[in-house]
Amino acid sequence: MKHVSMLFAIAFAWVIGVPIGEAQDQGQRIPSSWTTTTVSGQGQPRGYVEYQKYCSACHGPGAGRPGTMALQAKYKGAEPALLDQRTDLTPELIKTYVRNGISVMPFFRKTEISDADLDLIALYLTRNNKR
Amino acid sequence: MRVPPGVTPQDFSDAVKQWQEALGQPWVFTSDEDVDLYRDSYSPFWHEDLEPIPSAAIAPDRVEQVQAAVKIANTYKIPLWTISTGKNLGYGGSAPLLSGSVVLDLKRMDRVLEVNDKNHYALVEPGVSYFDLYRYIQDRGLKVWIDVPDPGWGSLIGNALDRGGGYTPLRDHFDAHCGMEVVLANGEIVRTGMGALPGSLTWQQYRYGFGPYVDGIFSQSNFGVVTKMGFWLLPEPEGFKSGTVLVPRHDDLVPLVETLNYLMNSNLVQGTTTIGSPLLMSRAARSASGGGSALVMSPGGPSVEELEKIGRDQNLAYWNCEMSFYGPPKVVEAQWEYAKQKYSAIAGATFIDGETYKLPFDLKDPDKLPKRQFGIPSLTIFGMMGRSEGHMWFSPIIPMTGEAVFQAQKVFGQAYHDMGVPAISQIFVFPSSFFPRSFVILCGFPIYHDVEKNKKSREVFKGLVKAAAEHGWGEYRTHTAFMDTVSDVYSYNNHSLRRFHETIKDAVDPNGILSPGRCGVWPKRMRKAEA
Repeated sequence: MKHVSMLFAIAFAWVIGVPIGEAQDQGQRIPSSWTTTTVSGQGQPRGYVEYQKYCSACHGPGAGRPGTMALQAKYKGAEPALLDQRTDLTPELIKTYVRNGISVMPFFRKTEISDADLDLIALYLTRNNKR
Repeated sequence: MRVPPGVTPQDFSDAVKQWQEALGQPWVFTSDEDVDLYRDSYSPFWHEDLEPIPSAAIAPDRVEQVQAAVKIANTYKIPLWTISTGKNLGYGGSAPLLSGSVVLDLKRMDRVLEVNDKNHYALVEPGVSYFDLYRYIQDRGLKVWIDVPDPGWGSLIGNALDRGGGYTPLRDHFDAHCGMEVVLANGEIVRTGMGALPGSLTWQQYRYGFGPYVDGIFSQSNFGVVTKMGFWLLPEPEGFKSGTVLVPRHDDLVPLVETLNYLMNSNLVQGTTTIGSPLLMSRAARSASGGGSALVMSPGGPSVEELEKIGRDQNLAYWNCEMSFYGPPKVVEAQWEYAKQKYSAIAGATFIDGETYKLPFDLKDPDKLPKRQFGIPSLTIFGMMGRSEGHMWFSPIIPMTGEAVFQAQKVFGQAYHDMGVPAISQIFVFPSSFFPRSFVILCGFPIYHDVEKNKKSREVFKGLVKAAAEHGWGEYRTHTAFMDTVSDVYSYNNHSLRRFHETIKDAVDPNGILSPGRCGVWPKRMRKAEA
């Protein structure tokens, strides 16, 4: 239950736009990440920050992003190649891909992307879905 | 719950309880759902019973927990398989070699302990990735560069211990390390080099310390668990330049490589170089070679004379080589000019001037830079592997000569032909100098979720290892699936080196708990299975 309430608290923090800096100030270690750029979380939801850290090296904009390239080739513009512009993803689908992999995208262990981080990423990627 | 080989369910259950006490309950993974995430995403055994599956995974957060974890494993003789970030994809990923091993996952140990931009070094834990260290340096504006392999999510320690390579002057990652902290199988901590001196101020500045230098035995091995490692870094250079030499004829490769050796071994060319061939990569040459790679010289394929004619007709150079120079702009310009002068001894040599970068400059848009040459981590390589479910690397070292390249083209062409591999599926790339003074041929074999295709790939892979060894070439590193195969060909004097490794193994890990089978080194109690 503690786990669930923590998730709720984080989700709530996102809704009211608590900047990432506050979470860090509480002594939480910044998790390892796969991005070259410094993640500025100012005014951004936690899920955005986690997405930048864990996903953007493959799924971000710009040259040489294999995830974006693969989705561009797959959808040919029928859906956005950038995951964070999609409005049709479900949390379940996102979690399935992260934990099962697809093509050359490997699956990810819980010491890499924890269940809590994955919940935040799913929340971020489904933020614009029609409800 | 799965159980490791040779361990009773009761003993394993007791060990799991003790690990939970030592590491914290959330960091001992035993459910199939969690443990399956430690399988090799790119396993060449997908959908086969041969796939090694771990029984559990444990994830310590600090060195004291590593000590406790190995002591518990020793009590119950439970095989552990150590990983750092677990991203050694193409070489086994996060999965063990021995099915049923418990994965010792060091990903949570992800602290950058020090970066010094006056003496140019870093000290890190195993869970620190290239992305992590790069970001740490950028965030603080430190004036040092790291060297990266193609995938940036790997561990500095894991990659160096597997003896990986990159692209800048410090591209030989094991060679660039300075000082280690190692937890032995009995739980004792050893610090190597100057780290053995309490209060030493030069652990990351002088490699050797006093007495026998042992760091090498912890690479590609299973003699200890490395928990800290120092790395020398490149002072941020003031400039970077690249330049390409092109030569028209087949035999021009010999003087081209001779000159390259002179320039590289004199430190005038400082980054990784790769031999290329505009001609052999062309559509016309591939068409003449049966639609497959024109890089190997298969029996029945086009002759050198026929290929040279295509080159003349289409104005394509037979060979080329791009070189990198690091230093003040005036110096790198002069180095390139000197290189051109040396190559001009080859009749018909032409040159392409690359861009000269003046540093430091704004790195906010690294996409516009040659990332690998600038030590900027990325995952771009994964977009270049074609449609598959993964890959594994066949990677022999050959001499750094044009003659050796010609011979490799023929030997691997013949081997593919003998194994009935059609031209379209013959995988071969031209050699690179990831390591000083030798060439490595780095061929990516695709992996599919298709049992028959993978079986054929494994058979071909083993055939190439054998063909290479018959000509004096051996792999620099290999996938867990082929560690015994590759170890077998390093057989001088009735496998005296492997027997020496086994002597060390038996002395430092008598219960054989650390990464059994890694690089062909099996503990005594499992050695019979090897025969």
